[in-house]
Amino acid sequence: MRLDQMYQEVILDHYKNPHGKGLVEPFDSQVHHVNPTCGDEITLRVKLSGAAGSQVVESVSFDSQGCSISQASASVLHDQVEGVSLDQAFLTLDEFSSLMKSATAEVTLDEELLGDAIAFEGVAQYPARIKCALLAWMAFKDAAVQATSAAQPAGDE
Amino acid sequence: MTEPTPLDVDRIRKDFPILSRTVRGGRPLVYLDSGATSQKPVQVLDAERHFYEHINAAVHRGAHQLAEEATDAYESARHTISAFVGGQPEDLVFTKNATESLNLVTYSFLNATLKAARGLELPEGGEHFVLEPGDEIVITEIEHHANLVPWQELCSKTGATLRWIPLTDDGRLNLSTLDTLINERTKCVSIVHQSNILGTINDVVLIGEHAARVKSLFVVDACQSIPHMPVDVGTLGADLVAWSGHKMLGPTGIGCLWGRSEVLAAMPPFISGGSMIRKVTMEGTTFADPPQRFEAGVPMTAQAVGLAAAADYLTDLGMANVAAHEHALTGYALDGLESIPGVRIIGPRNNVERGGAISFVVDGIHAHDVGQVLDDRGVAVRVGHHCAAPVCQRYGVTATVRASFGVYNGFDDVDSLVAAVKDAKQFFGVTD
Ligand SMILES: Cc1ncc(COP(=O)(O)O)c(C=O)c1O
Repeated sequence: MRLDQMYQEVILDHYKNPHGKGLVEPFDSQVHHVNPTCGDEITLRVKLSGAAGSQVVESVSFDSQGCSISQASASVLHDQVEGVSLDQAFLTLDEFSSLMKSATAEVTLDEELLGDAIAFEGVAQYPARIKCALLAWMAFKDAAVQATSAAQPAGDE
Repeated sequence: MTEPTPLDVDRIRKDFPILSRTVRGGRPLVYLDSGATSQKPVQVLDAERHFYEHINAAVHRGAHQLAEEATDAYESARHTISAFVGGQPEDLVFTKNATESLNLVTYSFLNATLKAARGLELPEGGEHFVLEPGDEIVITEIEHHANLVPWQELCSKTGATLRWIPLTDDGRLNLSTLDTLINERTKCVSIVHQSNILGTINDVVLIGEHAARVKSLFVVDACQSIPHMPVDVGTLGADLVAWSGHKMLGPTGIGCLWGRSEVLAAMPPFISGGSMIRKVTMEGTTFADPPQRFEAGVPMTAQAVGLAAAADYLTDLGMANVAAHEHALTGYALDGLESIPGVRIIGPRNNVERGGAISFVVDGIHAHDVGQVLDDRGVAVRVGHHCAAPVCQRYGVTATVRASFGVYNGFDDVDSLVAAVKDAKQFFGVTD
């Protein structure tokens, strides 16, 4: 049944027991994103560490309201990007974006990078839900970019 | 009053080809999203096709036979549609949709205000559309964004103040402060007749009386009432009434704005260009009388013809019969949904002064997830904030599931809805 492909066990588990939920201190940047069509919201914080060029995502935390897909996706995001290099985090983000296009485009995916996120393959079949899945990832992208530019030496703005 | 005749839903369904298609792997379609847009009967599709096959030409231009016939078809559609709401054809303006109709009104205010500030001439009575800081516009907390955002925009540009009638906990307008809300500073009152999100039918006549007492303009958003109940624009007490064609079995791309003759005549134009002029020179232009003043460019002709066919279709069914049918469905659905533990109706629970749009939430399951299971069962509903985000905020929910009815829905559709909501609870493991 198609519903089961969308709501895979992994997704429902992350939904019921989200990882990274609850905003933590300290943080370098905080963003607030909403999905205007359904009203889902997320506040997400990022803390980076290390020197420019070799930064690591030290923490990703969030507070959010929304459907199972958007909640589970935020939890999976936390698992996949916290503690990895910023470069790897952005590669994972690219992979997730590709995954969301997999219903209409030929894509090759790095399952290693995606981890549990591969479970969202079924979601890609439902165009109306892709935005739910992407909400946390787009918030992370925004926050990470802000955190890196905040870390730039002054005079760079 | 004669007793309403029950609708023959099985016969009606045969007129709507789309209702015989299947969705999501062979499930019969249960369409419960008429509040968003209605389906179209073959009579409407045939009328449009006939127009394009036999008559098509640009209206109000040229003197060849097709141009004459096309103009005739367009103007006779205006006749049919205005008669459907008890109005006169010269008082009916065709727009793109209700959103544009409402913007036409707010831009009349803005344009009158801008012109007055430069000392330019206004149509007779146009001073009623001139706003100053301190003037007030009154809407309600239950409005669709289409009757909220344009007023916010207008107020921010003119310095007028936007005020609103609040909601009660059970989804009705709280009219207790009407006397102070609508006062001598009020320049316009604009309210929805039937709410698209809660189904509430507002006491338009009463609010109109308050508006009239202070000589305020009175606008009614009839998007969700005209398709579902008998509406006579003459007895509503409104100066202007806006609605969309696509929610009343008609095509997309056409909306209506009915106005009292002297009110339309007092409004400066909104969109300008061809067809809406009287005389044009390089130095300046004078404008046509309504409705042409508000219909710049080649209009949506086939859509007007299709909408007239939709009005005829509804007239044949009888709007009182349509209202009685949808009222019965609403009562049955309210009972069915409320019998499910964990389901909470957002909006009026008693089936009085309430139409067939039912919003609800299910404890423990987000509206999107409920909608997904319903969709999997072939039941098409809308989920989200239904372009009425402040209403969701008022009731502390981010989103609701909304089932809404049309003439082609039967009690079996309600049964499918109720069964699918139970399935959703089971799927997400929500126990009672
Ligand atoms: C009450 C109400 N007003 C206005 C609108 C806007 O209609 P349209 O989108 O056709 O312009 C809608 C449509 O959902 C509505 O339900």
